[in-house]
Amino acid sequence: MAEAVAGATGPLAVRGGGTRGLLAEGAVLETGGLSGITLYEPGALTLVAQAGTPVAQIEAALEAEGQMLAFEPMDHRGVLGSVGEPTIGGVVAANVSGPRRVAPSGACRDCLLGVRFVDGLGQVIKNGGRVMKNVTGYDLVKLQAGAYGTLGVLTEVSLRVAPKPEASVTLVLEGLSLGDAVAAMSRGLTSPYQVTGAAHFGERTLLRIEGFEGSVRYRAGQLSAMFDGARIEEDAAGLWAQVRDVSGFAGHDAVWRISTVPGRALEMVQGLDVDVMLDWGGGLIWVAARGDVAGLHGTLQQRAARLGGHATLVKTPDPALPRFQPEPAPVARLTQGIRAKFDPRGILNLGIMG
Amino acid sequence: MQMPEPNGAILAKKARIVDRLQAVLPAGAVIHDEAETRAYECDALTAYRCPPLAAVLPSTTQEVSDVLRICHEEGVSVVPRGSGTSLAGGALPTADSVILGVARMNAVLETDYDNRYIRVQTGRTNLSVTGAVEADDFFYAPDPSSQLACAIAGNIAMNSGGAHCLKYGVTTNNLLGVTLVQMDGTVVELGGAYMDAGGIDLLGVVCGSEGQLGVVTEATLRILRKPEGALPVLIGYDSNEVAGACVSDIIKAGVLPVAIEFMDAPCIRATEDFAKAGYPDCEALLIIEVEGAPCEIEEQLAKIKEIALRHNPVELREARDADEAARIWLGRKSAFGAMGNINDYMCLDGTIPVTELPYVLRRIGEMSKEYGLEVANVFHAGDGNMHPLILFNANAPGQLELCEAFGADILKLCVEVGGCLTGEHGVGIEKRDLMSHQYTPADLEAQMAVKDVFDPKWLLNPAKVFPLGASDGHRAAALAAE
Ligand SMILES: Cc1cc2nc3c(=O)[nH]c(=O)nc-3n(C[C@H](O)[C@H](O)[C@H](O)COP(=O)(O)OP(=O)(O)OC[C@H]3O[C@@H](n4cnc5c(N)ncnc54)[C@H](O)[C@@H]3O)c2cc1C
Repeated sequence: MAEAVAGATGPLAVRGGGTRGLLAEGAVLETGGLSGITLYEPGALTLVAQAGTPVAQIEAALEAEGQMLAFEPMDHRGVLGSVGEPTIGGVVAANVSGPRRVAPSGACRDCLLGVRFVDGLGQVIKNGGRVMKNVTGYDLVKLQAGAYGTLGVLTEVSLRVAPKPEASVTLVLEGLSLGDAVAAMSRGLTSPYQVTGAAHFGERTLLRIEGFEGSVRYRAGQLSAMFDGARIEEDAAGLWAQVRDVSGFAGHDAVWRISTVPGRALEMVQGLDVDVMLDWGGGLIWVAARGDVAGLHGTLQQRAARLGGHATLVKTPDPALPRFQPEPAPVARLTQGIRAKFDPRGILNLGIMG
Repeated sequence: MQMPEPNGAILAKKARIVDRLQAVLPAGAVIHDEAETRAYECDALTAYRCPPLAAVLPSTTQEVSDVLRICHEEGVSVVPRGSGTSLAGGALPTADSVILGVARMNAVLETDYDNRYIRVQTGRTNLSVTGAVEADDFFYAPDPSSQLACAIAGNIAMNSGGAHCLKYGVTTNNLLGVTLVQMDGTVVELGGAYMDAGGIDLLGVVCGSEGQLGVVTEATLRILRKPEGALPVLIGYDSNEVAGACVSDIIKAGVLPVAIEFMDAPCIRATEDFAKAGYPDCEALLIIEVEGAPCEIEEQLAKIKEIALRHNPVELREARDADEAARIWLGRKSAFGAMGNINDYMCLDGTIPVTELPYVLRRIGEMSKEYGLEVANVFHAGDGNMHPLILFNANAPGQLELCEAFGADILKLCVEVGGCLTGEHGVGIEKRDLMSHQYTPADLEAQMAVKDVFDPKWLLNPAKVFPLGASDGHRAAALAAE
């Protein structure tokens, strides 16, 4: 891999499974050759894998030990209509974090303990490691999570994994408006009952509770008592997969992912002719639309800038639209500076993050 | 510890620098009298001291920006400081630097329970962040043992942890946004009150950057609803190996305690003499705390007990009420005090994979004999963050150096078994020269590249984190660009 990057004479497009619809300009550099779990210690809750390892292979290995990736990475294939096998490198490069983000340390970046990557000059660089606590030097691990390969080609990642909960139930509230749903989710998330998922789609608002059997029963009871007409759904895995994968928006032309303060969710989408799904208690808004969306794209990014947060175009009918929210000038200067350091020739994944 | 020669040109223009700083700060906010600057000569790593050129205590982000702009123009180094409790010498001044203390910036700016965040000025102490929301049953999770004194500023700079991190994560997992002032005075907002900062994760690299990328003046922190209750259980074993295996089994079984603390025999005995907590006289003690409603606590404790009993403990003591819980914690909480009572000590904080605990403890025991210095171990076992305390006599010639050499060997051992030099205290000056044991020159270059971008003149918190030999080129280039 290092040689391939060092020897490159033009732009490189890093490709893991190719399922996230983000192939850059240039010669395709596949990570598939770097595959396999290099270390898995269930007793230490750590797993190290090469970047091209299929997510499915990692999940199967974890499943065999009753463990999981706590950050529930989204599978983009449904909503994007893409094919291929998602890789762990792709998950990390895009910091793909699912519904459990509302729980402590629930993002992909929070579970990422270490990385090895090849920078734009072909040098192999390591940062972090495989232990839970590590403040040795600057945290380039965080910098790589969500850099979409613009700061280097990931070759190996080390992850904190989690035990699978013994039990999981979901409280379902029917027929709430968007505003009432945010308020209900906020009540759930500010209760002492450790909600590990808070989403709203269609007519349903979902609050998930996980843990040991007895504890889950107790908390589900307490939480239901806080709401009128709450129903307890015993097996909601399918619903949560829909939330995670945003599969309900497979038929739309454009899908945005907006990160904001939950209390601003309503303002973010008010008056727009769009379909909306909320995750993270309203802190993550999925917006979907059909047809020509250029105007809508501008509106959403303006609102995000004004209300606090950012809007990213995940599925686009028009490749010319900039996917990522423009950053304020001083932040953009830092970002450009970092990119120029890690990729001085300006060849890695051009055009994805602008 | 080698530090760069103070810059004579800076020392010579002290009066002018002080004048310029006084012009932008309120009366009393610039300390330059030699007797008074001594108050800032060290942090909690007291073996190293050096009074700064001056110290400033701004009250607003604007004042911080003014100070930095002036220092940038004058080519003066700046050492940011919170409460000065760093154990790594992170806030140690150089003779030609200005200390920028944020202690006066301690206001709560906004509290939002519905959206679960609080925004504070970073001079606020860790405990008083929880203090601000506690009456409403909320808390800020990261809880360094120094939480009464240490500031959020230092917590962010060091990415500090605490006993409850096993469940709630460390500072970086609970930090949503910061206001950062760059060395040239530019004010940048990174992240916000939402759950993921956009673009590349600059917030993530600022957290843990030890005051070398900018001065953090405000922070948005995640707050959580308090659990209904918590109870500890104390388990004693006659060997470190068995205690280590028990920890690993508990974690594997899916129990997620808020804390798993470990004490070894020397530590148990010292604290017992000091605090009389009534601990059993055994080789290894675990204190495991779980949270929830009474029925939930009972359920988790039952699982823990079942696992613990499989390993034949010499003692298993439950707390039936708050009083008994406090007794279980008493010894652990007075461990550092107990050590300080019998001797000078150096506190390390390397992290290792949990599975390596027994081996590493055995090796530390062997090395302790070789060096002729006693070691007591008390640490966060759930996440492998060790705290070996090496006992020495600071007044005996050569003992500090011997202790440092022993410490370095322990940290190298941590790296060898797949761990790292520091889990929560930071590199500072203390571990600066060991960095090349964990990282290759290219690894270090990549980190220093980030500093080049944020602080091209290399003026912020000089001579820390990176071995001087490794950073030479960067510092020379910065000077040449002047
Ligand atoms: C008895 C004791 C127990 C401790 N227990 C723990 C523990 O359990 N867990 C743990 O993690 N640590 C612990 N520590 C270490 C220490 O308390 C932490 O590192 C703490 O975060 C330091 O905070 P401070 O405000 O005192 O920072 P300082 O010591 O003032 O500074 C620490 C670092 O932060 C930088 N800095 C300060 N302010 C700013 C700012 N505004 N912007 C940018 N950089 C800044 C400084 O330059 C320095 O590098 C302990 C220390 C003691 C003395």
